[in-house]
Amino acid sequence: MVEMNMIKALNSALEVQLTKDKNVVIFGEDVGFFGGVFRVTDGLQEKFGEHRVFDSPLAEGGIAAIAMGMGLNGLRPVAEIQFADYIFPAYDQIVNEIAKVRHRSGGEFTAPLTFRTPAGGGIKGGHHHSQSPEAQFTHTPGLKVVYCSNPYNAKGLLTAAIECNDPVIFFEPKRCYRGPFYGDPHNVPTWAGHPDSDVPEEHYTVPLEQARIVREGSACTVIAWGTMVHVSEQAIKDSGIDCELIDLQTLVPWDRDTVVNSIKKTGRCVIVHEAPKTSGFGAEMSASIQERCFYHLEAPITRVTGWDTPFPHTTEWDYIPSPARIAEAIKKTQEE
Amino acid sequence: MTERVTAMTKPYTIGRPPFRPGEDADFGGKFTEQPGDLNRPDPASCTAQDTVPHASGLIRVLDDNGVASGEWNPMLDAETLIQGLEYMMRLRIFDDRMLKMQRTGKLSFYMRSFGEEAIAIAQTMALETQDWIFPSYRQPGAQFVRGRDMVSMICHCIGNTEDNVKGRQMPVHYTWKPGRFISISSPVGTQFSQAVGVAMASAYKGDDEVCISWLGDGTSAQGDYHYALNFASTFKPPVILNVVNNQWAISTHANLATGGRTFAERGLAYDIPSMRVDGNDFLALYSVTKWARLRAAAGLGATHIEVYTYRAGAHSSSDDSSAYRPKDEFKQWPGGDPILRLKEHLIKAELWDEERHVELAKKIDEEVMTSYKAACEFGDLASGPYPPASTIFTEVYETVPWHVQEQREELGK
Repeated sequence: MVEMNMIKALNSALEVQLTKDKNVVIFGEDVGFFGGVFRVTDGLQEKFGEHRVFDSPLAEGGIAAIAMGMGLNGLRPVAEIQFADYIFPAYDQIVNEIAKVRHRSGGEFTAPLTFRTPAGGGIKGGHHHSQSPEAQFTHTPGLKVVYCSNPYNAKGLLTAAIECNDPVIFFEPKRCYRGPFYGDPHNVPTWAGHPDSDVPEEHYTVPLEQARIVREGSACTVIAWGTMVHVSEQAIKDSGIDCELIDLQTLVPWDRDTVVNSIKKTGRCVIVHEAPKTSGFGAEMSASIQERCFYHLEAPITRVTGWDTPFPHTTEWDYIPSPARIAEAIKKTQEE
Repeated sequence: MTERVTAMTKPYTIGRPPFRPGEDADFGGKFTEQPGDLNRPDPASCTAQDTVPHASGLIRVLDDNGVASGEWNPMLDAETLIQGLEYMMRLRIFDDRMLKMQRTGKLSFYMRSFGEEAIAIAQTMALETQDWIFPSYRQPGAQFVRGRDMVSMICHCIGNTEDNVKGRQMPVHYTWKPGRFISISSPVGTQFSQAVGVAMASAYKGDDEVCISWLGDGTSAQGDYHYALNFASTFKPPVILNVVNNQWAISTHANLATGGRTFAERGLAYDIPSMRVDGNDFLALYSVTKWARLRAAAGLGATHIEVYTYRAGAHSSSDDSSAYRPKDEFKQWPGGDPILRLKEHLIKAELWDEERHVELAKKIDEEVMTSYKAACEFGDLASGPYPPASTIFTEVYETVPWHVQEQREELGK
């Protein structure tokens, strides 16, 4: 075990894959010589050569299509989209092509590939460096959607994503690259000393499709992913209520059993995400949960989310779900 | 142009920048292209075919000694030239101060136009005030030409209560409707095809308006660039489409962004007259843009311009360019410094002198500092006040729908 922040852990996952499988290639904007604007691919071009780790032209639609072509022809590309906000020129390729090729070709063609992309707010990034567009992909059959939250699951989930034969959209909460974020912009710790920063240097996976119970509890189930896992952890502390916290990790296909079993135990549920509320993934979960837990629910399922507005710059702390808003929602579930 | 060097031909070609950190940035001295090399075709009859030499060559007016010559010399009067110099100095001094503010935590982020000051300024000066500006993030200088108050620009960069976009966008993402300066968007290149649409609307309405837009060499890989050229080629609206080839897209050199020759030559394939211009030559930029406007106003459609320059600074305050290119590369760049080049020209013409230059720089610097202080009266980054949180919910739609209103009430601010 070595102490790693999330950037190092992701870098380690990529290094292990490049070593293990000659079909793995990495490309994207600034990922080659420079090692990525967030440094996730730092040193990989030097170690594995410029045909395996390279800079691409600045064109996300092109990156997605090239990755699909490589995947169709036996490679296992891991492409970086520099910010999740910039993934939309690639949306047609991802939604209409990559997601559907297995099905539309009667299973004859597949494109195993992974798109890594930093997502989420809290870095004063305004509209276009802060969004969390997971629901725009969870709504597309054929894609697996993963959202890591700490160094340990970042490496394990990315490894599983690359080894998966389906296309995976892999979201990295950029606010947590260098440390967990508990909702206080004035007090931002690093990963040093955090139990989830102990990361094996060797190969391991955190299986896709499995949620992680961060904290066991009996009074309310709180479900989150990405940065919101840590903010929710703080909110639970602040609320003084014995909540069970679930880090969903994979959004599609999500670990419904773990969630349902938890809610059958607690009878209450708060879902937290940064993305806007309307048609957010919380809505999907909420609907599924009530189908299976209706008679166990003691209170309405509550969502604490970003607002149904563009992500702001100056006022971002009034946009991102705060520990206070989450704690209030938790408390409210106890009043019923 | 810089020769394209490749590592090897198998398994596939990987482009390389001319130099990496630790290497000698040797561009082989000055440009071989000289003022007078290229003729100025008649804008009323010029075809794309007529511009073949212009797309592969380099239109210059100022030579390496600050002397203007050739058919492209716009013969500007002293007042206009000094005004251009003043705008460029204003932008550089403003940028330097703002970057310092960012470094001391007084702005959250900043992007300079360092080394590229001539572009938006000369080109906007060559246009009419009713013409539309569709900038990328490195053309804020157009606002000085159009008369935007510095205090208002700084208020935006701070995101305080006087920010006209209400703290919604990152610094440098200016919007300024009175100057027909469209809102800057971070997703690169999107403005390029929108500009063609604006020009089509002007043509439809019969208004005497031209639209100008810029994007970078890196961004020209985006679909939006090609959509713009194809629509402009098809519908021939009054639009001026500029690729600012400053050679670096963050860490990615133009040699990794295209396998082709010049960016200007791409326009020829779309049958659009295409020019490659020295982007650090104020006079050449002015002249080529004026020429493009004449074509547009005569109903002859788009002009495609490659503005050949060099990004002298880092991409942004978040970037460290010494990690991927030699530190002194800019100093070796044959195009030189656009401000020094125009200054030298003016001094040689006995229209300017060192003393006036220093005095003007001092005056502008004082103006920037006074403006910064005045802007902070409306809130600074550390302590605000900021736009109220209610601004999150307004102007998402024309009127606030019930579900957004409920969320606003939930926030209670």
